[in-house]
Amino acid sequence: MTTSSAGPAALGADAGTAIAKQRHSEGKRAERRLGLLLCAPAIIVMLAVAAYPLIYAVWLSFFRADLRTPDDQEFIGLGNYITVLSSPIWWNAFGVTMFITVIGTFFQLVLGMLLAIVMHRTIIGRGLVRTSALVPYAIVTVVAAFSWRFAWTQNLGWLAGESAPLTDRWSSLWIIILSEVWKTVPFMALLLMAGLALVPEDLLKAASMDGANAWQRFWRVTVPIIKPAILVALLFRTLDSFRIFDNIFVLTSGANDTASVSILAYNNLIRGLNLGIGSTMSVLIFISIAIIAFIYIKLFGAAAPGAGDDRR
Amino acid sequence: MSYQQETTQRKAMWAGVNVLVLLYAFIPVIWIVSLSFKDAGTLNDGNFLPRSPSAESYQQIFTDYEFIRALINSIGICVISTFIALVFGTMAAYAIARLDFPGKKTIVAVSLLIAMFPQIALVTPLFQIQTAIGTFDTWLGLIIPYVTFALPLAIYTLSAFFREIPWELEKAAKMDGATPYQAFRKVITPLAMPGVFTTAILVFIACWNDFLFAISFTTTSASRTVPAALSYFTGATTYERPTAAIAAAAVIITIPIVIFVLFFQRRIVAGLTSGAVKG
Repeated sequence: MTTSSAGPAALGADAGTAIAKQRHSEGKRAERRLGLLLCAPAIIVMLAVAAYPLIYAVWLSFFRADLRTPDDQEFIGLGNYITVLSSPIWWNAFGVTMFITVIGTFFQLVLGMLLAIVMHRTIIGRGLVRTSALVPYAIVTVVAAFSWRFAWTQNLGWLAGESAPLTDRWSSLWIIILSEVWKTVPFMALLLMAGLALVPEDLLKAASMDGANAWQRFWRVTVPIIKPAILVALLFRTLDSFRIFDNIFVLTSGANDTASVSILAYNNLIRGLNLGIGSTMSVLIFISIAIIAFIYIKLFGAAAPGAGDDRR
Repeated sequence: MSYQQETTQRKAMWAGVNVLVLLYAFIPVIWIVSLSFKDAGTLNDGNFLPRSPSAESYQQIFTDYEFIRALINSIGICVISTFIALVFGTMAAYAIARLDFPGKKTIVAVSLLIAMFPQIALVTPLFQIQTAIGTFDTWLGLIIPYVTFALPLAIYTLSAFFREIPWELEKAAKMDGATPYQAFRKVITPLAMPGVFTTAILVFIACWNDFLFAISFTTTSASRTVPAALSYFTGATTYERPTAAIAAAAVIITIPIVIFVLFFQRRIVAGLTSGAVKG
């Protein structure tokens, strides 16, 4: 734009605004270009490592593809899906995953809410409580899982004594849930605490003046206000629980019918080298997660992260 | 009941509650630490605390080539992944927070989608692709998926931070005669640094924590990270159950993260909540 500096004085008023407009839209275009340019590396990496392989997984799921018999690769349509969906092993793993997700998320919500209230309300040592509550978040999941495994190992652990709960299906499942809940309650609590900070004290005081007791204040005042935070936290935790892998791998390796869908897919892939079946399971897990996310977003609409945020 | 008495009672009540929270947070941690200090003779006594503490297990793992190698892999892979994710994430987050361009919402939606992605769904295809292009069982083979899954986290957290920066300051600095570069360097960078730093910690923790990719895409000590190595630990002799050694290794990989978290607690809380709730 070297000519424009001398421009406006010599030109008519109309031409001047035209140039200003052009300059403005050129500025807009430059901004768009810069925006896309800055996002390009992130987009390329995410597409190359998530989108392309996902499509490839869908493609593989229609083939008989077993690395132990590499010459036998053949298109079998929905064959793998029929195999997986008619297998009791898959449905058992699906049931285990749902059980852990539903029960685990419930306990995370209840304990997370309690912890959030403590962190928000405590009158002494608030810093200490908030800091320590972060410790489980900081512990590597595998390490936490080992800690629980050793604690419940016969003769070795302080919780086990003579019993061996990790050799039994139901006690193993509860220990898996305990381990998952312990680790993730702080995260839940942090999200809820961010919500609690938004509740106006005056409103609580007013409700108290009107004779509402603590329980009523919580249900009638606090919960409606922090509903968006609760929903976001629930969505995050549900999707995360459904993917559970590390804890089960360390605690039971999926023995005694405690395998989650992720463990099952892993066993078929990496241990069994059956890419066709493994891919089919991966796709089914992806679909399940999509359905869960869809239900949440449908039910709670605007509360979902990213939705209705006009600052963007 | 006097006011004084009431506050004392409330304080006592909260003190009790706080102790419960502390026990909740620390008992599993103290247990694994205490296990790592038990010697071979008292390992199986089932006591919560060691009767005769010894540093035997630590000596054992620090003379173990496999563990040291895994530690180096973990540090190297996580530092490189964090750095790349941070550079790409900062660029994208700046654009999302500050610039107006088409497709912005799509980018945000896609990164949210990836954040919720079942990672197991990528293990098969990536396993295939990685063996085909030769990145299987290398540092690069882990760095690539780590960066991908760290990016949504970085973009969310950083754009939440960037939106809080008063960008008018930049204009003011330019009015005062600073060049655009100076304005950015001297005014915006110092304001953005805490956000970038917080994001770096969150991303690093996420990479350090990964287990699924680490056991799926590695087969040897060339690239196996500590969480994966832990589950393959065999101890000094093959027949010995390496419980104490696993405990010691677990403590070693936990210490740096716990220190990070305790030290930057305030910022981490800000990062987690802003990224998740405002994001």
